[in-house]
Amino acid sequence: MLNFDSVFRRDSADAEAALLAKPRSPLAWLRSPEVVAPVCVGLLFLLVWELGVRLSGVPPYLLPAPSAVLQTMIEDWGELLPALWVTLQVTIVAFGVAVVSGLLIAILFTQSRWVERSFFPYAVILQTTPIVAIAPLIILWVRQIVPGDGSTFVAMVICAWIVAFFPILSNTTLGLNSTDHNLINLFQLYRANPWQTLLYLRLPSAMPYFLGGLRISGGLALIGAVVAEFVAGTGGTRTGLAYQILMSSFNLQIPRMFAALLMTTGLGVLIFVVLTLASDFLLRHWHESAVQREN
Amino acid sequence: MNPSPAFTLSNVSKVYSNGTTALHDLNLAVSEGQFVSLVGPSGCGKSTVLRIIAGLGKMSAGDLFWGGTSQRKLAYVFQEAALMPWATVQENVRLPLKLAGVSRRASEAAVREAIALVELKGFENAYPRELSGGMKMRVSIARALVTKPQVLLMDEPFGALDEMTRSKLNSDLLDLWSQKQWTVIFVTHNIYEAVYLSNRVVVMAARPGRVVADIPIDAPYPRDQEFRTSALYNAYCRDVAHALAGAVGTASEVSSPINSQASSTSTMFGSVA
Repeated sequence: MLNFDSVFRRDSADAEAALLAKPRSPLAWLRSPEVVAPVCVGLLFLLVWELGVRLSGVPPYLLPAPSAVLQTMIEDWGELLPALWVTLQVTIVAFGVAVVSGLLIAILFTQSRWVERSFFPYAVILQTTPIVAIAPLIILWVRQIVPGDGSTFVAMVICAWIVAFFPILSNTTLGLNSTDHNLINLFQLYRANPWQTLLYLRLPSAMPYFLGGLRISGGLALIGAVVAEFVAGTGGTRTGLAYQILMSSFNLQIPRMFAALLMTTGLGVLIFVVLTLASDFLLRHWHESAVQREN
Repeated sequence: MNPSPAFTLSNVSKVYSNGTTALHDLNLAVSEGQFVSLVGPSGCGKSTVLRIIAGLGKMSAGDLFWGGTSQRKLAYVFQEAALMPWATVQENVRLPLKLAGVSRRASEAAVREAIALVELKGFENAYPRELSGGMKMRVSIARALVTKPQVLLMDEPFGALDEMTRSKLNSDLLDLWSQKQWTVIFVTHNIYEAVYLSNRVVVMAARPGRVVADIPIDAPYPRDQEFRTSALYNAYCRDVAHALAGAVGTASEVSSPINSQASSTSTMFGSVA
Protein backbone atom coordinates (compact mmCIF):
# COMPACT_ATOMS: atom_id res chain seq x y z
CA MET A 1 0.00 0.00 0.00
CA LEU A 2 1.31 3.42 -0.84
CA ASN A 3 1.91 5.53 2.15
CA PHE A 4 0.90 9.13 1.66
CA ASP A 5 1.25 10.17 5.28
CA SER A 6 4.95 9.66 5.39
CA VAL A 7 5.60 12.09 2.57
CA PHE A 8 4.62 14.80 4.95
CA ARG A 9 6.27 13.18 7.93
CA ARG A 10 7.61 15.40 10.65
CA ASP A 11 10.01 14.47 13.36
CA SER A 12 7.35 14.81 16.02
CA ALA A 13 6.50 11.35 17.28
CA ASP A 14 3.21 12.66 18.65
CA ALA A 15 1.99 13.74 15.26
CA GLU A 16 2.90 10.37 13.86
CA ALA A 17 1.11 8.51 16.64
CA ALA A 18 -1.96 10.66 16.06
CA LEU A 19 -1.81 9.75 12.38
CA LEU A 20 -1.64 6.08 13.14
CA ALA A 21 -4.60 6.22 15.47
CA LYS A 22 -6.87 7.18 12.59
CA PRO A 23 -8.45 4.64 10.28
CA ARG A 24 -6.40 4.56 7.13
CA SER A 25 -8.98 5.44 4.51
CA PRO A 26 -7.59 6.78 1.22
CA LEU A 27 -8.77 10.31 2.01
CA ALA A 28 -7.78 10.33 5.67
CA TRP A 29 -4.41 11.86 4.88
CA LEU A 30 -6.14 14.93 3.45
CA ARG A 31 -7.50 15.70 6.91
CA SER A 32 -4.25 14.96 8.75
CA PRO A 33 -2.44 17.88 10.42
CA GLU A 34 0.52 17.22 8.12
CA VAL A 35 -1.62 18.35 5.19
CA VAL A 36 -4.09 20.75 6.78
CA ALA A 37 -1.52 22.96 8.53
CA PRO A 38 0.70 23.81 5.52
CA VAL A 39 -2.34 24.22 3.27
CA CYS A 40 -3.83 26.75 5.72
CA VAL A 41 -0.54 28.68 5.82
CA GLY A 42 -0.43 28.66 2.02
CA LEU A 43 -3.99 29.91 1.62
CA LEU A 44 -3.44 32.64 4.21
CA PHE A 45 -0.29 33.72 2.40
CA LEU A 46 -2.12 33.89 -0.96
CA LEU A 47 -4.94 35.86 0.62
CA VAL A 48 -2.57 38.45 2.12
CA TRP A 49 -0.73 38.68 -1.21
CA GLU A 50 -3.96 39.17 -3.19
CA LEU A 51 -5.32 41.79 -0.78
CA GLY A 52 -1.96 43.54 -0.55
CA VAL A 53 -1.67 43.86 -4.34
CA ARG A 54 -5.27 45.07 -4.74
CA LEU A 55 -5.18 47.60 -1.91
CA SER A 56 -1.74 49.06 -2.63
CA GLY A 57 -2.21 49.17 -6.39
CA VAL A 58 1.23 47.72 -7.22
CA PRO A 59 1.41 47.40 -11.02
CA PRO A 60 1.29 43.79 -12.29
CA TYR A 61 4.72 44.11 -13.99
CA LEU A 62 6.25 44.42 -10.52
CA LEU A 63 4.12 42.00 -8.56
CA PRO A 64 1.06 40.33 -10.07
CA ALA A 65 -1.75 39.15 -7.81
CA PRO A 66 -2.18 35.36 -7.46
CA SER A 67 -5.46 35.61 -9.33
CA ALA A 68 -3.68 37.26 -12.27
CA VAL A 69 -1.02 34.54 -12.28
CA LEU A 70 -3.70 31.86 -12.29
CA GLN A 71 -5.56 33.63 -15.10
CA THR A 72 -2.38 33.88 -17.19
CA MET A 73 -1.63 30.24 -16.58
CA ILE A 74 -5.02 29.24 -17.92
CA GLU A 75 -4.83 31.63 -20.89
CA ASP A 76 -1.28 30.62 -21.87
CA TRP A 77 -1.76 26.95 -21.08
CA GLY A 78 -1.33 26.09 -24.75
CA GLU A 79 2.26 27.38 -24.71
CA LEU A 80 3.18 26.58 -21.12
CA LEU A 81 2.19 22.91 -21.20
CA PRO A 82 4.50 21.99 -24.15
CA ALA A 83 7.27 23.89 -22.36
CA LEU A 84 6.62 21.88 -19.21
CA TRP A 85 6.72 18.72 -21.31
CA VAL A 86 10.12 19.62 -22.79
CA THR A 87 11.60 20.37 -19.36
CA LEU A 88 10.12 17.17 -17.99
CA GLN A 89 11.64 15.16 -20.86
CA VAL A 90 15.11 16.60 -20.25
CA THR A 91 14.76 15.98 -16.53
CA ILE A 92 13.58 12.40 -16.90
CA VAL A 93 16.19 11.40 -19.48
CA ALA A 94 19.01 13.02 -17.46
CA PHE A 95 17.73 11.45 -14.24
CA GLY A 96 17.48 8.02 -15.85
CA VAL A 97 21.02 8.25 -17.22
CA ALA A 98 22.23 9.50 -13.81
CA VAL A 99 20.57 6.58 -12.01
CA VAL A 100 22.03 3.94 -14.31
CA SER A 101 25.51 5.48 -14.54
CA GLY A 102 25.65 6.33 -10.82
CA LEU A 103 24.67 2.81 -9.83
CA LEU A 104 27.05 1.10 -12.27
CA ILE A 105 30.01 3.29 -11.36
CA ALA A 106 29.31 2.80 -7.64
CA ILE A 107 29.35 -0.97 -8.17
CA LEU A 108 32.59 -0.64 -10.11
CA PHE A 109 34.08 1.44 -7.27
CA THR A 110 33.24 -1.16 -4.65
CA GLN A 111 34.67 -4.01 -6.73
CA SER A 112 38.10 -2.47 -6.63
CA ARG A 113 39.51 -0.10 -4.07
CA TRP A 114 42.02 1.09 -6.65
CA VAL A 115 39.34 2.14 -9.10
CA GLU A 116 37.59 4.05 -6.33
CA ARG A 117 40.80 5.74 -5.18
CA SER A 118 41.71 6.69 -8.74
CA PHE A 119 38.39 8.02 -9.97
CA PHE A 120 36.37 9.27 -7.00
CA PRO A 121 38.23 12.63 -6.79
CA TYR A 122 37.28 13.33 -10.41
CA ALA A 123 33.64 12.63 -9.67
CA VAL A 124 33.95 15.23 -6.90
CA ILE A 125 35.50 17.72 -9.34
CA LEU A 126 32.62 17.16 -11.74
CA GLN A 127 30.22 17.87 -8.88
CA THR A 128 31.94 21.00 -7.57
CA THR A 129 32.39 22.71 -10.95
CA PRO A 130 29.53 25.24 -11.26
CA ILE A 131 27.21 23.99 -13.98
CA VAL A 132 26.42 27.58 -15.12
CA ALA A 133 30.10 28.05 -15.87
CA ILE A 134 30.56 24.95 -18.00
CA ALA A 135 27.15 24.83 -19.67
CA PRO A 136 28.19 27.16 -22.56
CA LEU A 137 31.17 24.91 -23.25
CA ILE A 138 29.01 21.81 -23.24
CA ILE A 139 26.49 23.44 -25.58
CA LEU A 140 29.32 24.51 -27.91
CA TRP A 141 30.86 21.04 -27.99
CA VAL A 142 27.58 19.22 -28.42
CA ARG A 143 26.72 21.46 -31.41
CA GLN A 144 29.90 20.25 -33.10
CA ILE A 145 28.92 16.63 -32.65
CA VAL A 146 25.12 16.59 -32.85
CA PRO A 147 23.80 18.72 -35.68
CA GLY A 148 20.38 20.35 -35.82
CA ASP A 149 17.59 20.74 -33.33
CA GLY A 150 18.58 17.77 -31.22
CA SER A 151 21.80 19.40 -30.06
CA THR A 152 20.17 21.68 -27.48
CA PHE A 153 18.24 18.77 -26.05
CA VAL A 154 21.37 16.61 -25.77
CA ALA A 155 23.34 19.48 -24.22
CA MET A 156 20.63 20.12 -21.64
CA VAL A 157 20.51 16.42 -20.79
CA ILE A 158 24.29 16.38 -20.28
CA CYS A 159 24.17 19.42 -17.99
CA ALA A 160 21.31 17.98 -15.93
CA TRP A 161 23.12 14.64 -15.77
CA ILE A 162 26.31 16.21 -14.40
CA VAL A 163 24.32 17.78 -11.56
CA ALA A 164 22.16 14.74 -10.82
CA PHE A 165 24.79 12.05 -11.07
CA PHE A 166 26.97 12.68 -8.03
CA PRO A 167 24.46 12.18 -5.17
CA ILE A 168 23.55 8.78 -6.58
CA LEU A 169 27.18 7.78 -7.01
CA SER A 170 28.29 8.92 -3.57
CA ASN A 171 25.24 7.59 -1.71
CA THR A 172 25.32 4.22 -3.43
CA THR A 173 29.07 3.85 -2.88
CA LEU A 174 28.53 4.57 0.81
CA GLY A 175 25.67 2.07 0.92
CA LEU A 176 27.60 -0.69 -0.83
CA ASN A 177 30.43 -0.21 1.66
CA SER A 178 28.24 -0.30 4.78
CA THR A 179 27.11 -3.90 4.55
CA ASP A 180 26.71 -5.72 7.90
CA HIS A 181 30.07 -7.33 8.63
CA ASN A 182 28.50 -10.48 10.11
CA LEU A 183 26.50 -11.01 6.94
CA ILE A 184 29.64 -10.65 4.85
CA ASN A 185 31.25 -13.34 7.02
CA LEU A 186 28.19 -15.51 6.61
CA PHE A 187 28.32 -15.21 2.82
CA GLN A 188 32.02 -16.05 2.97
CA LEU A 189 31.29 -19.08 5.14
CA TYR A 190 28.78 -20.42 2.64
CA ARG A 191 31.25 -19.76 -0.17
CA ALA A 192 29.12 -17.20 -2.01
CA ASN A 193 30.70 -16.01 -5.24
CA PRO A 194 31.23 -12.25 -5.76
CA TRP A 195 28.17 -12.05 -7.98
CA GLN A 196 25.92 -13.60 -5.31
CA THR A 197 27.38 -11.33 -2.65
CA LEU A 198 26.65 -8.30 -4.80
CA LEU A 199 23.15 -9.37 -5.80
CA TYR A 200 21.85 -10.82 -2.55
CA LEU A 201 23.77 -8.78 0.00
CA ARG A 202 25.48 -5.58 -1.10
CA LEU A 203 22.79 -4.21 -3.40
CA PRO A 204 19.89 -4.77 -0.96
CA SER A 205 21.99 -3.25 1.86
CA ALA A 206 22.70 -0.21 -0.29
CA MET A 207 19.05 0.24 -1.24
CA PRO A 208 18.12 2.86 1.44
CA TYR A 209 21.22 4.91 0.59
CA PHE A 210 20.56 4.62 -3.14
CA LEU A 211 16.95 5.73 -2.70
CA GLY A 212 18.09 8.66 -0.56
CA GLY A 213 20.39 9.63 -3.42
CA LEU A 214 17.50 9.40 -5.88
CA ARG A 215 15.46 11.91 -3.89
CA ILE A 216 18.27 14.45 -3.99
CA SER A 217 19.05 13.75 -7.64
CA GLY A 218 15.47 14.07 -8.87
CA GLY A 219 15.30 17.70 -7.83
CA LEU A 220 18.84 18.39 -9.02
CA ALA A 221 18.09 16.96 -12.47
CA LEU A 222 15.28 19.50 -12.82
CA ILE A 223 17.52 22.36 -11.64
CA GLY A 224 20.21 21.22 -14.08
CA ALA A 225 17.71 21.13 -16.93
CA VAL A 226 16.46 24.65 -16.13
CA VAL A 227 19.95 26.13 -15.68
CA ALA A 228 21.13 24.56 -18.93
CA GLU A 229 18.21 26.04 -20.82
CA PHE A 230 18.86 29.47 -19.33
CA VAL A 231 22.38 29.30 -20.71
CA ALA A 232 21.35 27.77 -24.03
CA GLY A 233 18.96 30.71 -24.37
CA THR A 234 17.22 31.02 -27.72
CA GLY A 235 17.66 28.69 -30.62
CA GLY A 236 15.80 25.51 -31.33
CA THR A 237 12.08 25.13 -31.73
CA ARG A 238 11.38 22.98 -28.72
CA THR A 239 11.72 25.22 -25.69
CA GLY A 240 11.20 24.47 -22.03
CA LEU A 241 10.00 26.33 -18.96
CA ALA A 242 13.28 28.18 -18.47
CA TYR A 243 12.90 29.73 -21.91
CA GLN A 244 9.36 30.81 -21.00
CA ILE A 245 10.63 32.45 -17.80
CA LEU A 246 13.45 34.17 -19.66
CA MET A 247 11.24 35.47 -22.49
CA SER A 248 8.51 36.59 -20.11
CA SER A 249 10.99 38.63 -18.11
CA PHE A 250 12.37 40.27 -21.28
CA ASN A 251 8.84 41.19 -22.34
CA LEU A 252 7.82 42.25 -18.84
CA GLN A 253 5.06 39.61 -18.86
CA ILE A 254 5.56 39.13 -15.13
CA PRO A 255 2.32 37.18 -14.49
CA ARG A 256 3.40 34.69 -17.14
CA MET A 257 6.84 34.50 -15.61
CA PHE A 258 5.26 33.68 -12.27
CA ALA A 259 3.10 31.05 -13.90
CA ALA A 260 6.10 29.33 -15.49
CA LEU A 261 8.02 29.59 -12.23
CA LEU A 262 5.12 28.03 -10.36
CA MET A 263 5.01 25.14 -12.83
CA THR A 264 8.75 24.55 -12.44
CA THR A 265 8.46 24.46 -8.65
CA GLY A 266 5.37 22.27 -8.86
CA LEU A 267 7.25 19.83 -11.06
CA GLY A 268 10.11 19.72 -8.55
CA VAL A 269 7.72 19.00 -5.67
CA LEU A 270 5.97 16.33 -7.74
CA ILE A 271 9.27 14.60 -8.50
CA PHE A 272 10.18 14.64 -4.80
CA VAL A 273 6.79 13.26 -3.73
CA VAL A 274 6.86 10.46 -6.33
CA LEU A 275 10.39 9.43 -5.36
CA THR A 276 9.56 9.55 -1.65
CA LEU A 277 6.49 7.37 -2.19
CA ALA A 278 8.53 4.93 -4.25
CA SER A 279 11.23 4.83 -1.57
CA ASP A 280 8.74 4.27 1.25
CA PHE A 281 7.06 1.57 -0.77
CA LEU A 282 10.28 -0.30 -1.48
CA LEU A 283 11.52 -0.08 2.10
CA ARG A 284 8.17 -0.51 3.84
CA HIS A 285 9.00 -3.88 5.40
CA TRP A 286 12.37 -3.27 6.85
CA HIS A 287 13.95 0.15 6.92
CA GLU A 288 13.46 2.57 9.81
CA SER A 289 12.88 5.44 7.40
CA ALA A 290 9.76 3.83 5.99
CA VAL A 291 8.41 1.96 8.99
CA GLN A 292 5.45 3.39 10.86
CA ARG A 293 5.84 3.21 14.61
CA GLU A 294 3.38 3.71 17.41
CA ASN A 295 5.96 4.90 19.92
CA MET B 1 32.95 -46.86 22.29
CA ASN B 2 35.69 -44.41 21.45
CA PRO B 3 34.24 -41.47 19.47
CA SER B 4 36.16 -40.43 16.38
CA PRO B 5 37.70 -36.96 16.33
CA ALA B 6 35.74 -34.20 14.57
CA PHE B 7 38.71 -31.88 14.28
CA THR B 8 41.98 -31.05 15.97
CA LEU B 9 43.67 -27.70 16.39
CA SER B 10 47.34 -28.26 16.92
CA ASN B 11 49.83 -25.60 18.10
CA VAL B 12 47.70 -22.85 16.63
CA SER B 13 48.93 -19.27 16.95
CA LYS B 14 47.35 -16.14 15.62
CA VAL B 15 49.13 -12.79 15.47
CA TYR B 16 47.22 -9.81 14.07
CA SER B 17 48.91 -7.40 11.72
CA ASN B 18 49.15 -4.80 14.50
CA GLY B 19 51.32 -7.22 16.47
CA THR B 20 48.69 -8.37 18.98
CA THR B 21 49.00 -12.07 19.79
CA ALA B 22 45.43 -13.33 19.84
CA LEU B 23 46.27 -17.00 20.27
CA HIS B 24 49.49 -18.68 21.33
CA ASP B 25 50.23 -22.38 20.85
CA LEU B 26 46.64 -23.51 21.30
CA ASN B 27 45.73 -27.20 21.22
CA LEU B 28 42.18 -28.45 21.12
CA ALA B 29 40.88 -31.82 19.99
CA VAL B 30 37.12 -32.20 19.73
CA SER B 31 35.33 -35.53 19.22
CA GLU B 32 32.26 -36.04 17.10
CA GLY B 33 29.06 -35.31 18.96
CA GLN B 34 30.74 -33.37 21.76
CA PHE B 35 29.22 -30.20 23.15
CA VAL B 36 32.21 -28.04 24.03
CA SER B 37 31.94 -24.60 25.61
CA LEU B 38 34.75 -22.08 25.41
CA VAL B 39 34.73 -19.64 28.34
CA GLY B 40 37.21 -16.95 29.20
CA PRO B 41 37.67 -13.22 29.78
CA SER B 42 37.11 -10.74 26.96
CA GLY B 43 39.92 -10.70 24.46
CA CYS B 44 41.12 -14.24 25.17
CA GLY B 45 40.57 -15.23 21.56
CA LYS B 46 37.44 -17.40 21.95
CA SER B 47 35.88 -15.93 18.83
CA THR B 48 39.20 -16.13 17.00
CA VAL B 49 39.22 -19.89 17.62
CA LEU B 50 35.75 -20.18 16.06
CA ARG B 51 36.76 -18.07 13.09
CA ILE B 52 39.80 -20.25 12.48
CA ILE B 53 37.72 -23.44 12.67
CA ALA B 54 35.25 -21.90 10.22
CA GLY B 55 38.02 -20.88 7.86
CA LEU B 56 37.07 -17.20 8.18
CA GLY B 57 40.45 -16.21 9.56
CA LYS B 58 43.90 -17.54 8.72
CA MET B 59 46.14 -18.84 11.48
CA SER B 60 49.70 -17.54 11.75
CA ALA B 61 51.09 -20.93 12.76
CA GLY B 62 49.81 -24.41 13.51
CA ASP B 63 47.37 -26.78 11.86
CA LEU B 64 43.72 -27.66 11.72
CA PHE B 65 42.94 -31.31 10.97
CA TRP B 66 39.47 -32.52 10.13
CA GLY B 67 38.39 -36.05 11.07
CA GLY B 68 35.36 -37.76 9.65
CA THR B 69 33.50 -34.50 9.05
CA SER B 70 34.62 -31.73 6.77
CA GLN B 71 34.76 -27.98 7.05
CA ARG B 72 32.00 -27.80 4.48
CA LYS B 73 29.54 -29.40 6.88
CA LEU B 74 29.72 -26.65 9.47
CA ALA B 75 27.41 -23.81 10.38
CA TYR B 76 28.08 -20.61 12.29
CA VAL B 77 25.76 -18.70 14.61
CA PHE B 78 26.93 -15.16 15.29
CA GLN B 79 26.62 -13.05 18.40
CA GLU B 80 23.98 -10.94 16.69
CA ALA B 81 21.26 -12.70 14.74
CA ALA B 82 22.77 -11.15 11.55
CA LEU B 83 19.60 -11.51 9.52
CA MET B 84 18.97 -9.75 6.25
CA PRO B 85 16.38 -7.14 7.28
CA TRP B 86 14.90 -6.96 3.79
CA ALA B 87 14.09 -10.66 3.64
CA THR B 88 11.37 -12.70 5.34
CA VAL B 89 12.11 -15.41 7.89
CA GLN B 90 11.74 -18.00 5.15
CA GLU B 91 14.15 -16.23 2.80
CA ASN B 92 16.69 -15.73 5.58
CA VAL B 93 16.60 -19.42 6.45
CA ARG B 94 16.84 -20.39 2.79
CA LEU B 95 19.98 -18.29 2.20
CA PRO B 96 22.67 -20.99 2.64
CA LEU B 97 20.84 -23.29 0.21
CA LYS B 98 20.30 -20.45 -2.24
CA LEU B 99 24.02 -19.66 -2.17
CA ALA B 100 24.75 -23.33 -2.82
CA GLY B 101 22.59 -23.11 -5.94
CA VAL B 102 19.70 -25.23 -4.65
CA SER B 103 16.47 -24.33 -6.39
CA ARG B 104 13.55 -22.83 -4.49
CA ARG B 105 11.46 -25.95 -4.92
CA ALA B 106 14.23 -28.31 -3.85
CA SER B 107 14.94 -26.26 -0.73
CA GLU B 108 11.30 -25.97 0.32
CA ALA B 109 11.21 -29.03 2.60
CA ALA B 110 14.52 -28.29 4.30
CA VAL B 111 13.47 -24.69 5.01
CA ARG B 112 10.15 -25.80 6.44
CA GLU B 113 11.83 -28.40 8.63
CA ALA B 114 14.44 -25.95 9.97
CA ILE B 115 11.74 -23.40 10.83
CA ALA B 116 9.72 -26.11 12.58
CA LEU B 117 12.79 -27.23 14.56
CA VAL B 118 13.22 -23.79 16.12
CA GLU B 119 9.46 -23.54 16.72
CA LEU B 120 8.82 -20.60 14.41
CA LYS B 121 5.98 -22.13 12.40
CA GLY B 122 3.55 -19.42 11.39
CA PHE B 123 6.27 -16.75 11.15
CA GLU B 124 7.60 -17.82 7.74
CA ASN B 125 6.59 -14.57 6.09
CA ALA B 126 7.43 -12.20 8.94
CA TYR B 127 10.24 -9.68 8.56
CA PRO B 128 13.06 -9.55 11.14
CA ARG B 129 11.93 -6.19 12.53
CA GLU B 130 8.62 -7.77 13.53
CA LEU B 131 10.38 -10.36 15.70
CA SER B 132 11.70 -10.21 19.28
CA GLY B 133 15.39 -10.70 20.03
CA GLY B 134 14.86 -14.34 20.99
CA MET B 135 12.88 -15.07 17.84
CA LYS B 136 15.56 -13.46 15.68
CA MET B 137 18.11 -15.76 17.31
CA ARG B 138 15.87 -18.74 16.51
CA VAL B 139 15.80 -17.66 12.86
CA SER B 140 19.57 -17.40 12.93
CA ILE B 141 19.77 -20.94 14.34
CA ALA B 142 17.28 -22.24 11.76
CA ARG B 143 19.47 -20.74 9.04
CA ALA B 144 22.45 -22.61 10.50
CA LEU B 145 20.49 -25.89 10.66
CA VAL B 146 19.04 -25.75 7.16
CA THR B 147 22.19 -27.20 5.60
CA LYS B 148 22.05 -30.15 8.03
CA PRO B 149 25.49 -29.36 9.46
CA GLN B 150 27.64 -31.77 11.45
CA VAL B 151 29.55 -29.08 13.30
CA LEU B 152 27.82 -26.08 14.83
CA LEU B 153 29.92 -23.08 15.85
CA MET B 154 28.11 -20.65 18.14
CA ASP B 155 29.67 -17.33 19.14
CA GLU B 156 27.88 -16.06 22.27
CA PRO B 157 24.58 -16.58 20.52
CA PHE B 158 22.41 -15.79 23.54
CA GLY B 159 24.59 -13.07 25.08
CA ALA B 160 22.25 -10.21 24.24
CA LEU B 161 19.05 -11.91 25.40
CA ASP B 162 17.23 -11.65 28.71
CA GLU B 163 17.60 -14.47 31.23
CA MET B 164 14.19 -16.07 30.60
CA THR B 165 14.69 -16.22 26.84
CA ARG B 166 18.24 -17.41 27.26
CA SER B 167 17.25 -20.31 29.50
CA LYS B 168 14.42 -21.36 27.18
CA LEU B 169 16.75 -21.27 24.15
CA ASN B 170 19.36 -23.20 26.14
CA SER B 171 17.03 -26.10 26.82
CA ASP B 172 15.67 -26.03 23.25
CA LEU B 173 19.22 -26.15 21.93
CA LEU B 174 19.99 -29.16 24.13
CA ASP B 175 16.86 -30.95 22.85
CA LEU B 176 17.94 -30.37 19.26
CA TRP B 177 21.49 -31.44 19.99
CA SER B 178 20.38 -34.72 21.55
CA GLN B 179 18.23 -35.42 18.47
CA LYS B 180 20.82 -34.49 15.85
CA GLN B 181 24.10 -35.34 17.60
CA TRP B 182 26.03 -32.40 16.17
CA THR B 183 29.45 -31.42 17.35
CA VAL B 184 28.92 -28.02 19.00
CA ILE B 185 31.52 -25.41 19.89
CA PHE B 186 29.77 -22.84 22.03
CA VAL B 187 31.50 -19.60 23.01
CA THR B 188 30.10 -17.85 26.08
CA HIS B 189 31.19 -15.82 29.07
CA ASN B 190 28.37 -17.25 31.17
CA ILE B 191 29.67 -20.06 33.40
CA TYR B 192 26.18 -21.37 34.28
CA GLU B 193 25.16 -21.60 30.65
CA ALA B 194 28.41 -23.37 29.78
CA VAL B 195 28.05 -26.00 32.52
CA TYR B 196 24.36 -26.59 31.85
CA LEU B 197 24.86 -27.19 28.13
CA SER B 198 28.21 -28.85 27.67
CA ASN B 199 29.88 -32.15 28.31
CA ARG B 200 33.17 -30.31 28.27
CA VAL B 201 34.12 -26.76 29.29
CA VAL B 202 37.39 -25.33 27.99
CA VAL B 203 38.64 -22.31 29.96
CA MET B 204 40.85 -19.83 28.14
CA ALA B 205 43.08 -17.00 29.37
CA ALA B 206 43.93 -13.79 27.57
CA ARG B 207 47.10 -12.12 26.37
CA PRO B 208 48.06 -14.35 24.76
CA GLY B 209 44.94 -16.45 24.22
CA ARG B 210 45.52 -20.02 25.39
CA VAL B 211 43.76 -22.95 27.06
CA VAL B 212 44.25 -23.04 30.84
CA ALA B 213 41.71 -25.68 31.90
CA ASP B 214 39.68 -28.43 30.25
CA ILE B 215 36.88 -29.57 32.53
CA PRO B 216 34.67 -32.54 31.57
CA ILE B 217 31.07 -32.19 32.80
CA ASP B 218 30.08 -35.77 33.54
CA ALA B 219 26.38 -35.32 34.06
CA PRO B 220 23.88 -37.35 32.08
CA TYR B 221 21.54 -35.89 29.44
CA PRO B 222 18.73 -34.98 29.18
CA ARG B 223 19.36 -32.20 31.64
CA ASP B 224 16.20 -30.56 32.89
CA GLN B 225 15.62 -27.59 35.18
CA GLU B 226 16.24 -29.90 38.19
CA PHE B 227 19.85 -30.21 37.09
CA ARG B 228 20.31 -26.46 37.36
CA THR B 229 19.67 -26.65 41.11
CA SER B 230 21.60 -29.86 41.80
CA ALA B 231 24.74 -30.07 43.94
CA LEU B 232 26.65 -31.60 41.03
CA TYR B 233 25.82 -28.63 38.80
CA ASN B 234 26.92 -26.20 41.51
CA ALA B 235 30.16 -28.07 42.04
CA TYR B 236 30.97 -27.88 38.33
CA CYS B 237 30.12 -24.20 38.22
CA ARG B 238 32.51 -23.65 41.12
CA ASP B 239 35.29 -25.56 39.32
CA VAL B 240 34.87 -23.51 36.18
CA ALA B 241 34.68 -20.27 38.17
CA HIS B 242 37.94 -21.17 39.94
CA ALA B 243 39.68 -21.92 36.67
CA LEU B 244 38.34 -18.70 35.20
CA ALA B 245 39.49 -16.64 38.19
CA GLY B 246 42.94 -18.14 37.74
CA ALA B 247 42.81 -17.32 34.03
CA VAL B 248 41.92 -13.68 34.68
CA GLY B 249 44.67 -13.47 37.32
CA THR B 250 47.42 -14.78 35.06
CA ALA B 251 46.20 -12.62 32.20
CA SER B 252 46.61 -9.53 34.34
CA GLU B 253 50.09 -10.60 35.46
CA VAL B 254 51.13 -10.74 31.85
CA SER B 255 49.70 -7.39 30.81
CA SER B 256 49.85 -5.25 33.93
CA PRO B 257 50.68 -5.59 37.62
CA ILE B 258 47.22 -4.46 38.70
CA ASN B 259 44.74 -7.33 38.98
CA SER B 260 41.68 -5.99 37.20
CA GLN B 261 40.13 -6.00 33.73
CA ALA B 262 39.41 -2.28 33.81
CA SER B 263 42.96 -1.27 34.59
CA SER B 264 44.43 -3.48 31.89
CA THR B 265 42.07 -1.83 29.43
CA SER B 266 43.20 1.61 30.53
CA THR B 267 46.86 0.57 30.14
CA MET B 268 46.04 -0.38 26.59
CA PHE B 269 44.50 3.00 25.89
CA GLY B 270 47.38 4.67 27.65
CA SER B 271 49.92 3.03 25.40
CA VAL B 272 47.99 4.17 22.35
CA ALA B 273 47.91 7.77 23.61
